[in-house]
Formats: sequence, C-alpha cells, structure tokens
Amino acid sequence: MNRFSYLRASDVGEVVSALKDAPAAKIIAGGTNLVDLMKYNVERPERLIDITHVEALQEIIEGENGSLRIGALVSNSALAYDARVTERFPLLSSALLAGATPQLRNAATVGGNINQRTRCYYFYDAGTPCNKREPGTGCPAKTGLNRIHAILGQSEACIATHPSDMCVAMAALEAVVHVTGPDGERDIPFADYHRLPGDTPQKDNTLLDGEVVTGITLPASSTQFSANYTYLKLRDRLSYAFALVSVAVALEKEGDTVKRARIALGGVAHKPWRRAEAEALFEGKAADSGLFARVADALIDGARGYEHNAFKIRMAREAIIRALEQASAGTPQSNIDKHIV
Amino acid sequence: MAPPAKATSAPFHAQTVSLTLNGENKTLQVEPWTTLLDLLRHDLRLTGTKKGCDHGQCGACTVLIDGERMNSCLQLAIMQDGKAITTVEGLAGEGEDLHPMQAAFISHDAFQCGYCTPGQICSAVALVNEGRAKSRDDIREMMSGNICRCGAYPNIVDAIEEVLAEQQSGSRHLEAAE
Amino acid sequence: MLRNERNFGSPRDRVDGRAKVTGAAQYAAEFNAPDLLHGYVVSSTIAKGRITSIDTQKALDVPGVLKVFTHDNRPATAWFSSSYQDEVAPPGTPFRPLYDEQIYYSGQPIALVVAESFDVARYAASLVEATYEAGAHETDLKLARAAAYVPPKKRQGMKPPASKGDAMAAYAKAPLRIANDYSIANEHHNPMEPHASTVIFEAGGKLTIHDKIQGVMNTQSYVSGVFGLPASDIHVVSPFVGGGFGSGLRPQYQLFLAVMAALDLKRSVRVEMTRDQMFTFTHRPETINTVLLGADKTGRLSALRHQAVAVTSRFEDYQEVVVNWSGILYDAENKQFDYRIAKVDTYTPGDMRAPGAPLGTFAIESAMDELAYAGNIDPLELRLRNYSTRDETTNKEFTSKELRACFQLGAEKFGWSRRSPAPRSMREGRELIGWGMASGCWEAQFSKTSAKAVLTSDGRLEVGTATADIGTGTYTILTQIGADALGLDMEQVTAKLADTTLPKSPVEGGSWTAASAGTAVQMACEALKKTLLQEAQKIEGSPLADAKYEDVVFANGRIAMADDAGRSLDLSDVVRHSGQSEIEEQATAQPDSKVQAQYAAYTHSAVFVEVRVDEQLGLVRIPRIVNAVAAGRIINPKTARSQVTGGTVWGIGMALHEESLTDHNLGRFMNHNLAEYHVPANADIYDIDVIFVPEEDDKVSPIGVKGLGEIGIVATPAAIANAIFHATGKRIRELPITIDKVLREAA
Repeated sequence: MNRFSYLRASDVGEVVSALKDAPAAKIIAGGTNLVDLMKYNVERPERLIDITHVEALQEIIEGENGSLRIGALVSNSALAYDARVTERFPLLSSALLAGATPQLRNAATVGGNINQRTRCYYFYDAGTPCNKREPGTGCPAKTGLNRIHAILGQSEACIATHPSDMCVAMAALEAVVHVTGPDGERDIPFADYHRLPGDTPQKDNTLLDGEVVTGITLPASSTQFSANYTYLKLRDRLSYAFALVSVAVALEKEGDTVKRARIALGGVAHKPWRRAEAEALFEGKAADSGLFARVADALIDGARGYEHNAFKIRMAREAIIRALEQASAGTPQSNIDKHIV
Repeated sequence: MAPPAKATSAPFHAQTVSLTLNGENKTLQVEPWTTLLDLLRHDLRLTGTKKGCDHGQCGACTVLIDGERMNSCLQLAIMQDGKAITTVEGLAGEGEDLHPMQAAFISHDAFQCGYCTPGQICSAVALVNEGRAKSRDDIREMMSGNICRCGAYPNIVDAIEEVLAEQQSGSRHLEAAE
Repeated sequence: MLRNERNFGSPRDRVDGRAKVTGAAQYAAEFNAPDLLHGYVVSSTIAKGRITSIDTQKALDVPGVLKVFTHDNRPATAWFSSSYQDEVAPPGTPFRPLYDEQIYYSGQPIALVVAESFDVARYAASLVEATYEAGAHETDLKLARAAAYVPPKKRQGMKPPASKGDAMAAYAKAPLRIANDYSIANEHHNPMEPHASTVIFEAGGKLTIHDKIQGVMNTQSYVSGVFGLPASDIHVVSPFVGGGFGSGLRPQYQLFLAVMAALDLKRSVRVEMTRDQMFTFTHRPETINTVLLGADKTGRLSALRHQAVAVTSRFEDYQEVVVNWSGILYDAENKQFDYRIAKVDTYTPGDMRAPGAPLGTFAIESAMDELAYAGNIDPLELRLRNYSTRDETTNKEFTSKELRACFQLGAEKFGWSRRSPAPRSMREGRELIGWGMASGCWEAQFSKTSAKAVLTSDGRLEVGTATADIGTGTYTILTQIGADALGLDMEQVTAKLADTTLPKSPVEGGSWTAASAGTAVQMACEALKKTLLQEAQKIEGSPLADAKYEDVVFANGRIAMADDAGRSLDLSDVVRHSGQSEIEEQATAQPDSKVQAQYAAYTHSAVFVEVRVDEQLGLVRIPRIVNAVAAGRIINPKTARSQVTGGTVWGIGMALHEESLTDHNLGRFMNHNLAEYHVPANADIYDIDVIFVPEEDDKVSPIGVKGLGEIGIVATPAAIANAIFHATGKRIRELPITIDKVLREAA
C-alpha cells in the first residue's frame, strides 16, 4: 500500500471540500474493494476520506408511495434484510444476497458497491498491461484469458465487465443515483450511471470529478415488481464467486399478460446490460416461452465472444429465458437452494 | 474517543484510536495504512486471527466488529475508532471454558490444519446470533465466506447445526419458564 | 503380552483441538522475536529473459528500510547447485533465489526488501523498479509436448511398469475399443496458511527457524547445505502447519530469503508470502493422458495402453506416478505404459495431494466407464470382471486388497442397484440425475522413522518424532498409540512433533506417516516398557522381581502381573527409584525388506457419486458421494473420516473448479488469488459418506495401518465425470468440468 493521508469527514460538505483539496483522494467507507485494490497497488490514493461518520448517509428513508431513499453508507446486509426492501423490492434483496459473503456484505456499502471495479485478471495484476488501470498500455485480455469478460458493449480498449450483483437489480428497478459535488446535487438515472468503456475505459461511470454518491432512490413504480421477479446468477461455484452471467427480471403482470418488464444482465458488459427494445417486446403480451426466447434474442443481439467466453452468449440466452420463466411463474431463484427452478 | 481530524488537516501519520478489544479498552497509535488484521497480528500479537489471503477472498481473518462478522484484512485500523472488536481470543480465555461453538468444532472434528478455524468459529458465532439460519442448506450458504482448504465443511455444518439446536432448545426452555 | 487397545481404533477428539479453536496454536509467521525484521518479496513480471537493471533507491529511501537484496548484492551462498538439493528434490538443478539476472518463470523472486515493519517493507517493495530483456517463453503443454521426453534420470521411487505383449495389435483385434485423451489442468495447492519463515537470529549466529514445512529435517539440511552452517546451529521448530498438501515438502524460496537476510543483517527476519506469491512456486502439473483399451464382448481387457505427458520446469525433471495405476487396478494380456515430461517456463511442479494418482485414475476410470457403455455392461460389474488379484506392475502379491468389499459396501450404501443404466434416463424437474462410480488406489508406503518415548517421574508419557502434523491428526494418533502402550489415559500422554531435536523422521507426505511414525512410537514405547520393568525389578522387595516381560501388563499407570493385579508398582515410583528424572527409550522403524520384495501394498477406494446437472445452464451439483476405503486398520475413525472427507472435497475441486489459468502470451498464471482460483466453498459440498471397509493386513506395517491422506481424492474426479456422463450422455475428458464445458459439450 502506498503512503496516504487520512481524514475523517463529518458531513457531505466536508467530503466535497476535501475532494476539491486533493484530486487524487479516494473516498473510503466499507473498504472491501478499495483496500483490496490498494494492497495490489492498483489504487494509489494520496488521501483517504473516511465518510463512515457522515450521519446523513446512514439511513433508509421512506419516500412517497413506497419509494425508498437509501443512504450511501447503508451496508449490503442491512439493505438486503430490511423488511421494506424484502417486501417492496425483493429483487434487490435477492441480488444482494447472491453477491459476496455475509462478512463482505456486512462491511460493503451501497455507495461502494456501485463504484466497485472490475474483476478482470489484468486490471488486478499491476505486473501486466491494462488500459483501464494504465490508459494506453493495451488490453491483454482480448488475446489472452477472456473467459470472464464482456460479450456486449466492449471496445477495442477494454472488454472488462462490471462485477456487481446489486447493480444489476438496481438497473432493473430503475433506481436513481444521488450525487453531490462542487456544483451542488444532481440525480443520475441508474442506466446512465455506469458507462461502456469506449476509448476511456479508466472511467467506470459518469460521476464527475469532485462528486460523491450520497444515496440511491428505489422508485415507487418499481414496487409493482414485487410479485414477479427473480435474480438468477450463474457462476463457477455455488457461492462466493462473481457472476459469469446473471439476470435480474422484474415483471408487472396482469393475469397472463405482462404489463411492464425490466430485465438487466450482469457479468456480460462494462455496465448492467439493459435494452428498452427487448423489454418493449413484452408489453401487453401473454408470457410464453416463444416470447421469452424473442426477448432473450433481442437483449443480447450483436453479442460477440472471444476465444474463451463465447459460451457466455448461449449461457446468457438460456439464463434470460429461465429467469423470465421464474419471474413469470412467481418462483424466484433461491440463494439457499442451489437447484435452479 | 479521539477528536476526529478536520478536513483542513490531513495527517500523513499515526493517529490515536480508541477501541474495545475482547472487552478491554485500548488506546492505540495507528498509521493510516495499517489494516485491523495487521494491527491484531503484528502490533497486538493476537495471532489467533489468521491471514489467509489478505484480500477478502477466504474469511480466515473474520472477526466481530460491533457484533457483526467482517474480514479484518479489509478494514483499516484507523477507522475502528469507537468500535468493539471480538477475536477468537475473546471467545474463551486461557484456562476458561470453551465457547459452545469452539467445543462443538472439537467434538465434530470440524477442522484439520486449524488455520481457517478461528475465522470459521467467529463467523459461526455471528451466524447463530444473526438468527437467520434454520437448515443445513442455510448454514452451508451462510458459511460460504469461510474457505476451508482441508475440506472440513460437512463437519463444520454438523458443529454449527448442533449449537443452533442447543440454542433453540435453550430458548424453548426459557419460553416455557416465562 | 496382550495388546491393550483402549484408544487404537476408537474415535478420539484431536489433542491439539483446544489450541486450534482458541487461536493459541502458533504457525510459522506467528512466532515473534525482539526487533524482528520483515521481508517482502518483489516478483518478476516476465516469464523468461534477464534483468537488465533493478532500481532499489526509492525503496531504500523509505524510513525503516534496512536493505534491499537483489542478485547484484546478495551475500555469497553455496557454489554448487547440488547444495540446494533438498530431501525430496527431483533430478535437475534446483532454483536458486537471487542467484543471477536470469529469469526462469513469471513471478520469480527478484528482490527482498527488509524493513522494520511489514507495512514499510510492503510499501517499499512497490517502489522497486526492474527492467528486463525478455526472451521467448513457452508455457503451453499442447505446444511443448512435441519435445516431450522420457526423463533420463528417474526420481527416487519412480518405478515405470514393464510393458508386455503387443498392446496395439491386441487393440486392433478387440471387439470393444476405447481410445481417448484425458487432460487435467495445472492446479495450485493453496493451503490456507501462506508460506512463511520466521528466522530467529540468536547469540553466536545460531538460528531458530519456524518454517512452513512438512518436515523440519528437510529445512535443516537445506539451510545447512546452502548457507554452510553446521546442522547443530540450525534448530527448526514448526509445531503447526496450516495445511500443506505437498506445497511444504520442499523448502520454498521464502525460507532461503529469510535465512539469507538474517545471516547478513544479523537480525531476526520473517518473510511471508502473499496469496499471489503462492502461485509462484510449486503446482500440480498439467497432464495429458492417452488411454487405449481393447476388450472382448464381455468387457475382459485384452489391451491396455496408458500414456501420459506432463509439464516440468526448465531446470528440474519433476516426475510423478501417473500411468502405473491402470496396471495396478487392471490386468490385460497386452499392456504398454509410457510417461514423458515436457519443459515449460514455469517453476518446477511438485507433489500435490496424491501426486499423479487422480490424474492417471481420471483417465483409466473414465476410459473404463466408456468401455462399460460400449459393451452395455454395468460399470461396477466391468470392474469386477477385470479385478486384479496381484500387482502386475511390480509382479508382486498384494499385502491385502479389500477393494471388492469397497465396491460391495459402497454400492449398497449408495443404492447402486437402483441405477437406471441408460444415460439421460434419470431426471427430477429441470435437473438430469447421474450416478457414476470409479475405483482407485494409492501406494501404502512405509518410511524409516525414529521416535522416542519418555516417562517422567510424575507418571506422564511423552512420545516424539520430528515429523509434522499438517492437519492429518498425527499428534492425536501418536497420543493414542502411546497411551495404549503404557496403559495410560490420553490426557497423561503428550506427543511432540516437528522439532529437529526430536528423533529423525522423513517429510510428512505420501500417506506414510501414520504407519511409519505410529510404528516407531509403538516400538519406542515397547522398549521403554522393557526398561521400566527392569528398573522396577531393581527396587528392593519388588513385587515384580521374578516377572517375565510377557507376564506383566501396563494399566492405570502401573505395571502389574497379568494374573495377579495385587503384585504391581506405580510407574512414577519406578522412575523415582531409578534415580533419574525420566526414563527415555528410542526406536527406529524400518520397512521390512523381505516383505517389500515379495509384496506390494496399496490402499483402495470405490467412489459412488450422484450429480444433478441443469444442462441448459451448465450447472453441476453433487448432492451426495459415498467413498468406501480399504486402508488397513484405522487408528482414529474420527480424524480418519476427516482425512477422507477432505480428500473427497479435493476431488470435487479437481473435477469441477480448480484450474490455474495461464496467459500463454505473458507466460503467467493470471488467476493468482482465491477469488478467481476456485476451491470448493461450503455451499458446494453436500453429503459425503465415508465407509472404512474392514481390512486386516499384518504385512503392510507392524501396526496394520496403511495411511489415508491421499486415497480420498484419487477416484473422486473420475467418478464425478462418469456421473456427469450418466446424467447428460456427454463425455467430458478435460478437468475441471466447468460450466462452459458442460454447455459446450451439450451443444
């Protein structure tokens, strides 16, 4: 770990001014990703700003009509087990519990989770080139080990994926990210928060310099998905592994027809992957296997694999269909019983 | 509790941290880059908490922070100000009776080399306190944050299942007495 | 004299249990010394070539850094590479850390930063900058195998089996034929405790070393050879080892670096490897098997050819037994065996739990499964039809072989008779169900081992030998044996291990420790008992004055006449009357060369597996496994069961999860951490049922014990792969069977 200074902020204003003072500063809360990366010399902040004492970011606040505003410091465990979340947004709870471990979820925060960095082998290994870690050095993954890499939205510069489970559910639930910066507060729709790598893979998201994530709102409209949802995660072992492919499905049904559908994929792109045109195929139609297959095809249309990850294209298609079946039937995937229904 | 540093002054050096460790108050000078795990193992010579990966990938360093299980390798010591930390050494002192979980781990042979064991036990104690695990499947999933390379998993599940059952029958007795 | 077996054969809790569950057990990196220094290793980023420069100035400028060792400034060590050869080194030229500017593999240690604290050393290490001139490397066995060769010098103990007849001709004529490649990926041991050495520099330059090692004598002789110190100046003490599985058989580079720094700086030094660095020394070698089977229509084998090629390093010819297992399990009139190695630019592979055995067994037992389907024969029945009754590979009788009982009891427990034979014929909901089985064996070895037995004046017994307990339960079984021998409670007995001041022992490995150390302790105890009786008889008016050794019993802390319990003496009184503070005897157990000339000894197993496969999604679960083992007499069924359970979990890891992924462009293992190198987690492991089949064997070792550390893994991967075939009808011949392979094969 490099040498850095440490300061403890007591309110959001202090965080913003501290970020302004030291552009190479990093915000620390749960530490589960940042400390990990600092020990690998991937992150080398000159200053750590500890926000865990900022009272305003600790709470889950009730909004109108069942919406919830979740403070950036709420832990993944607290969020997953919160009765309001399990009742109104069970998809989010399920996705949270599919990720990491009880120990990590106790420490990891909502704000940290959305800002966690890729698990690409090369990004993590400072002894290899990586455009995300050191822009301009190249991307060995394209011609190297790419089994866990993206099949959608890649660029020449980067084929890394976003590793979060929580974010896949947040994307499907159309959450809104609240940030505060030197120019005040702004809201970012979840779909616009993470980005595709393009020519600047070093940037994971659209957060501007000097901004801090203060919270996330789960909208009231997404409470309608509480009966027909699932989070289906496929990985190399049955727990404690990042997703090869994951699918978050949120359906609002009326009888046999789907009124509204939201589907997001994890493990396949630089951000949680959604396509409005795929979701639109549902509207007002009866949920059946033919439709599920068409939706799956539309969602991953144009997917491109490399030497080791081409299997993810087929896997994603099958996983989407299965997840749609689960959600439509109201039989969400359990995180405990590993048998996939 | 030490006064927090102000945003205007960001010291590049050790700060005072006060915490409760296994029930004992401690005031320590810690540097910003020292993890809680290294503080325990190097500075305080409490080597019961193990370093297996140092990156949150194995669970050997699991301790209880304000009652919650966490990977101490990913916690900076300087951020533990005011917290209560319990390590395996805090479950049973020298010459004291073992914690029921420790005793169950021995009777079920829930370890071999012993290196992941303190982390497994801290994690299992927290699991019981969390009160969510009801079945063997629950235990398996909720103990998956602790890797055991010796492969003692079935015995670990047996040990925890026994402690859970004892606790449930204990609480039934309590209810009956009320 | 009657054998008292109050503890032998009974389940007993581990005697080191309390130390392990309270955190009191001290591992190599947990010993302290005044003013201890910390070393942090800098690793190479290229796979081959030379270092053109190392800039250490920025590291040296960090307050608290004492020295940065590189090939430029390292102290002199032994001149000849042979001085670096340890007790279990394969033929070749051992790796010499910081020897010169040459790079032999990616991750090679190129510098050691030594500082007053761990944090400072780690930080300063990040400031060391090396430049390289890279050479062309090769890490891909598929390409390197073109230059594979039969190792000119055999590793000690390697016995390539003789071929007989004409396997290819017989194969050509056989009505049933199988010919396929079966491959297994590189794997890393990854014991939970990273490798570490704490070297305590004592007055006069003597060293006390706490090393993560499976044999303290090996550390001592290595340090003595490399650094030219007399063995008497090197005291190695490693009472607890946080898993080894073979990674701790050979002294690893952190030991060299810690000793080098301690001697140079005349200070105590600790060097711990990071988890990443656990991927920069030994590993299980990637291996490709080619098996040809020819059989008549009843499945009786007429041709058996088993070939294998495995990776080794540029500098050593690592070898392990891969192909022999086929010839031990099955006989055929025409047989051919061939084992080759191919050089790649990695560190030397090494022994990893049951080295070679699960690799060759995966091949032969997959091929036998394929033969069973080809001949429409039940896989278990096929194995019975080809059951070997003597070891054709060595032309010897078996000391014992209860594999048939393993088949029978295992099949009963599993419910094999209820299996529906056709692939894809069992299903529940979305999941295809598969039942598969395989058998395996491991050599029951016996190594020369010495032990002591000491009775103190308070009537306590201490038994000791230099071997290690790496989680195997050695402390416990030696305590049981000692307690039974002297008629004491286990609480009155202490076992001492892993200290170079104790009687000599080889490294702990190969599943030989229970038999060898157990026998040595038993013999030392017998010698002690004879001495105690003699001392007892010297006591004036001794009630045992005219007793013969055969006529006395040791029980309840006393020596008594077997037929007259009234005539007895307290053991502590005997010690006190001897005028000594304690009475000690030593003994050395050696293999019986006459028996060895005539007999071959193996443990056997039959593994039955149920898998559940969601073939659309590629997901495999293993809800239950029955592993039936014949391993002679079982000293402690509780710790023995744990050994086999653990081995079975390793088999699951090999079958489904474990693979060290190499970027061949970079020549580097890339998933060098426990997040991306997957070993089974708790959720992956369901029910594992271990059965110990009764097996009396009076030849394998004087105590009838065979050893259990390896056998659990041996047949498990093959049984899982066979179950996956039964579930899906898809034969996957490459381990690990990851989700992508299930999907690919189902395409």
